[in-house]
Amino acid sequence: MNVEALEDDRHHRFVLNMGPQHPSTHGVLRVVLELEGEYAMHLSPVIGYGHRCHEKIAEHKPAKSFMPNTARMDYLGALIYNQGYAQLLEKATGIEVPLRAEYIRVITSELNRIQSHLLWYGAYLLDLGAFTPIMYAFDDREHILDILEDVTGSRLTYCYHRVGGVSKDIDDKFVTRTREFIDRLRSRFPMYEDLVNGNVILQNRLLDVGELTPNICARYGVTGPLLRGTGVAYDIRRSEPYSVYPEFDFEIPTETKGDAMASFLVRFREMEQSLRIIEQALDKLPEGLSMAAKVPKKLKIPAGDYNSSVEAPRGELSYYLVADGSDVPYRLKIRTPSYSNLSTIPETCSGMLLSDVVSAMGSLDLVIPEIDR
Amino acid sequence: METLHSILPELIRIIVCGICGAVIVFGNALVMGYAERKLAGHIMLRPGPMEVGWHGILQLVLDGLKLMGKQLVVPKMADKPLYMFAPLLAFAPVFVPLLLIPFSDKLQGFDLDVGMLVILAFASINVLAILIGGWSSNNKYSLLGAFRSVSQNIAYEIPMLLSLLAVVFMTNTFSLREIAAAQSPVWFVVVQPLAFLIYIVSMIAETNRAPFDLPEAESELTAGFHTEYSGMSFSLFVLGEYANMFIVCSVATVFFLGGSSGIPLPYFEYTGAVWFLLKVYALMFFLVWIRWTYPRTRFDQLMNFCWKYLIPFSLVNLLITVVVVKLI
Repeated sequence: MNVEALEDDRHHRFVLNMGPQHPSTHGVLRVVLELEGEYAMHLSPVIGYGHRCHEKIAEHKPAKSFMPNTARMDYLGALIYNQGYAQLLEKATGIEVPLRAEYIRVITSELNRIQSHLLWYGAYLLDLGAFTPIMYAFDDREHILDILEDVTGSRLTYCYHRVGGVSKDIDDKFVTRTREFIDRLRSRFPMYEDLVNGNVILQNRLLDVGELTPNICARYGVTGPLLRGTGVAYDIRRSEPYSVYPEFDFEIPTETKGDAMASFLVRFREMEQSLRIIEQALDKLPEGLSMAAKVPKKLKIPAGDYNSSVEAPRGELSYYLVADGSDVPYRLKIRTPSYSNLSTIPETCSGMLLSDVVSAMGSLDLVIPEIDR
Repeated sequence: METLHSILPELIRIIVCGICGAVIVFGNALVMGYAERKLAGHIMLRPGPMEVGWHGILQLVLDGLKLMGKQLVVPKMADKPLYMFAPLLAFAPVFVPLLLIPFSDKLQGFDLDVGMLVILAFASINVLAILIGGWSSNNKYSLLGAFRSVSQNIAYEIPMLLSLLAVVFMTNTFSLREIAAAQSPVWFVVVQPLAFLIYIVSMIAETNRAPFDLPEAESELTAGFHTEYSGMSFSLFVLGEYANMFIVCSVATVFFLGGSSGIPLPYFEYTGAVWFLLKVYALMFFLVWIRWTYPRTRFDQLMNFCWKYLIPFSLVNLLITVVVVKLI
């Protein structure tokens, strides 16, 4: 089929609204597709169905009380969102965080990252029509949720990292269970590789789909595994180190092709690196307090601008705070990765087959509440 | 009176066979529906249906009752007569092939000289049903699913037919009973391994099952051609799908796995059906296993695979068969 010849002929196009209720948009995202046969000639994502005004809410309550809201933006990376926000307020008010708390934050955040990648792994393969891997991924993920539930009290929308530390110290049980989980997941990786990553059908579905280049990434602000899939080793944990990440030895997995397969492999290898970080953090875990001794109840933020960036599972998460000297932020701007990542699909997916659009969108690992927030 | 006397046995035979066919269709749907859910469960590390009866054995009966009680929703602007007709058309033709399948030496409705052609002809009516269903539902997903299904089924009928023709050339007959009987020393799967492989692949595509379930690819097309169908009209499609699975597996058994041949049992003319059904259900198990293991192929890759590999290979296989048969 000559795709270019049909480019102008818009009368014959078949407009398909994919979503807001559609199995592969993973939430309330709508994509308006203009189809020529099975080819999607033009796509435009329509967002905003789940908009909850988080940024506006932040201007109306004390900065400390906004912490639970951060978890509701990216429900799969809640702890990392917690961490970024806690760091922002600590930066603004100059509160020192005990070393042990930093370690706990890193351990729990990395567990959270693995959990997010596992869910993406299962859900993405479900998009591609493989029903079984999601159950295996969830089986592993369940262990993380159990471990985190014991220490944080919740299973999805955590509010565990607080200004000045973490809300509850971890105990030996947490440490042993986490170590057991590391061994378990390590032993499962070969199975995933055999069963899924090496499958011919899967490779045919992913190779050359939704190709990104560093140029496109720079123009749209794409970060995270998608950017690393194009060969740029940009990871906030390395490029602008925060918390205690400089103390660990880990790699930034990269691929060069920038297609769906590249980001697929990058995410898969990131889980292994996260396991390495957790293992080292557990080995080095210092004794001490898990919460700074003096955190004022009413947290007055000195007037000024503050910024804090962390590496969320889907890319760079930034909080930008403008304070006017009170305990309520004057303005809080949140930069979430999926929003930028989604913006690329009109450019990368035009002229692709419908199945490839699904595959390319799945490889973005979208979390819709994070786009809408 | 004379003519009545001569056609009466035939009439009785047709009625009995029809009833048996219905029993097979519904029984097979119950068994396969349950087996599929249970197997899928165990492949996915979960128990599958457990609540209704011992290990959920009555689940399918209750599901059937539930589906019968459901409202038949007809979408606005749908082409109502065609919309209601499509599920019937998907379901009704499965009875004819069932009459022709030789379950054992004696257990066969009719043995036609053109048995194979009749089976393939009736199996392809399903495509028309899907096209009508997808077209008349007035739903874009259904339409896309129907288009996919038609192009897929038409493409895959060719290698299917060609692989079966290889066997026909060896046996010089279209009659299913004679083909099954011709395999008394060795099964044709040994003589014609390539034809068997091609047949299995086209059989999966023909029944629209994963990894070739593009017409109902739920992550792309929600439920494909039966998106809008509910209640009994939906379950007729499902019944038709399971019956079609049974038919294509039976054809594979007749053509490649020796029909009802096996270790002799008492009254083997009848009890051979045990071996026949065992082979059929082994193939069905294979279908289920494949479905819950592999991801879905992409539409153009599926078509390329058919036109670029399966058809040339089955033609070459056919040619070799012809030459070898001629020489011997």
